[in-house]
Amino acid sequence: MKVLKDLYYTNDHEWVKIEGGEAYIGITDFAQHNLGDIVYVELPEIDDEFDKEEAFSAVESVKAASDVYLPLSGKVIAVNEALIDDPALLNSDPYENWIAKFEVNDRSQIDELMTSEEYEKLLAEEE
Amino acid sequence: MDAKKTPLYDEHLRLGGKIVDYAGWALPVQYEGQGLVVEHEAVRNTAGLFDVSHMGEIKVTGKESTKFLDFLLTNDISKMVDAQIIYTFMAYETGGVVDDLLVYKFGDEDYLLVVNAANVCKDFDWILKQKGKFDVAIDNISDEIGEVALQGPLAQKILQKLTNYDLNDVKFFHLANDVDINGVKCLISRTGYTGEDGFEIYTDNQGIVKVWKDIMESGKEEGIKPTGLGCRDTLRFEAALPLYGHEISQDINPLEGDFKFFVKLKKGSNFIGKEALNKYYNDGMKRKLVGFELTERGIPREGYEVYKDGERIGHVTTGYLSPTLKKNIGNALIDIRYAKLGEQIDIKIRNKYVKAKIIDRKFLKK
Repeated sequence: MKVLKDLYYTNDHEWVKIEGGEAYIGITDFAQHNLGDIVYVELPEIDDEFDKEEAFSAVESVKAASDVYLPLSGKVIAVNEALIDDPALLNSDPYENWIAKFEVNDRSQIDELMTSEEYEKLLAEEE
Repeated sequence: MDAKKTPLYDEHLRLGGKIVDYAGWALPVQYEGQGLVVEHEAVRNTAGLFDVSHMGEIKVTGKESTKFLDFLLTNDISKMVDAQIIYTFMAYETGGVVDDLLVYKFGDEDYLLVVNAANVCKDFDWILKQKGKFDVAIDNISDEIGEVALQGPLAQKILQKLTNYDLNDVKFFHLANDVDINGVKCLISRTGYTGEDGFEIYTDNQGIVKVWKDIMESGKEEGIKPTGLGCRDTLRFEAALPLYGHEISQDINPLEGDFKFFVKLKKGSNFIGKEALNKYYNDGMKRKLVGFELTERGIPREGYEVYKDGERIGHVTTGYLSPTLKKNIGNALIDIRYAKLGEQIDIKIRNKYVKAKIIDRKFLKK
């Protein structure tokens, strides 16, 4: 499974890319592979505010719906609308296709995220 | 407790099966490199092969077999002819469902019941308890039997290459016993759980592995695929076939579940649950199973609540983005006052109310 070096990760198999006070969030290669063919993505609305650990999106295969949790509390400032018409982008390139972009409220929460090395360790355990 | 393995477990691993625990059995939900949708389409367009060895088989034999089964089951067993199969419910006194099953008739004193894997023990205990003074013998032979289901429009072509038995002679919902499938004696029936033509094939645990391999080989040129539990559920759902615990259960009787055809309230004999079901039918039903289609974005899922004008009127029993129809459709058990074609309802998906309309539950028009 592909893991990119310059991203942060979560136990729920989301990735986080920090750019200044903003965070892009998506699902990892491991997550998309486990879900199978993704056929629907529910996006949050711009300006929606979420707490840390709250579900802000849902990603669905034919088989099942999986919530996507926010690892940092924040406000939605952009959503990836390409996923509405082509949810399978999350399968073909999960790291290029973020789900939503957030304004981060509390930068100290970034320290609680996993590094790529830690995430690789988690994947090795799940294998 | 570890999940039980069917005789085909190693075949699934070899073919890249993604194994899950289903009713205590380790079975493939889908196969690597294919996935649910590809497998679903294979069954609709060519053929798919399912391992259904987890299903339970209970033999009922003896002088009063027919009479006993007519007491035990909701369908009319006395009308069956030899080599016929029927679909039926086994009901509680309350009218709720113990299980749904197939009855295979070999003769007036010789039947085989094919029951859901999750219910084998419960069913067997229930049947023994009802036996009373009936002159019958009940045997649970589930552990000795392997079963595969070959399903799809090319099923007959693929299976015919492996046997001299003329498969045209096996009509829909009929069986042929001791059929030689490339050297293995099998019970075969033209039945299935997909809405497609096809066969279910039973033999002992050793034989089933050879049968599986031979069918996979025979079907190569037709494009056969091994098919998992994932598409088994989407296929049966599109074909309006119920799944125990969803469209019918101990708490959902077959009349609510919209399966009156398999409950013969007027058959000659009394049967367990008849009084309750009769009363329920005559006093006016409270709930009914309907089909619906979302008219806004979203995918309906089992367990989601159904609303009408802000009032909760029921729940979704099964829902999918249908691989064949590419629509977001579902079954819902709702207050009968709203169970009308064209009625507008709302499905609560996470925290949003998504609009839907009631449509014919037989989604797949053939």
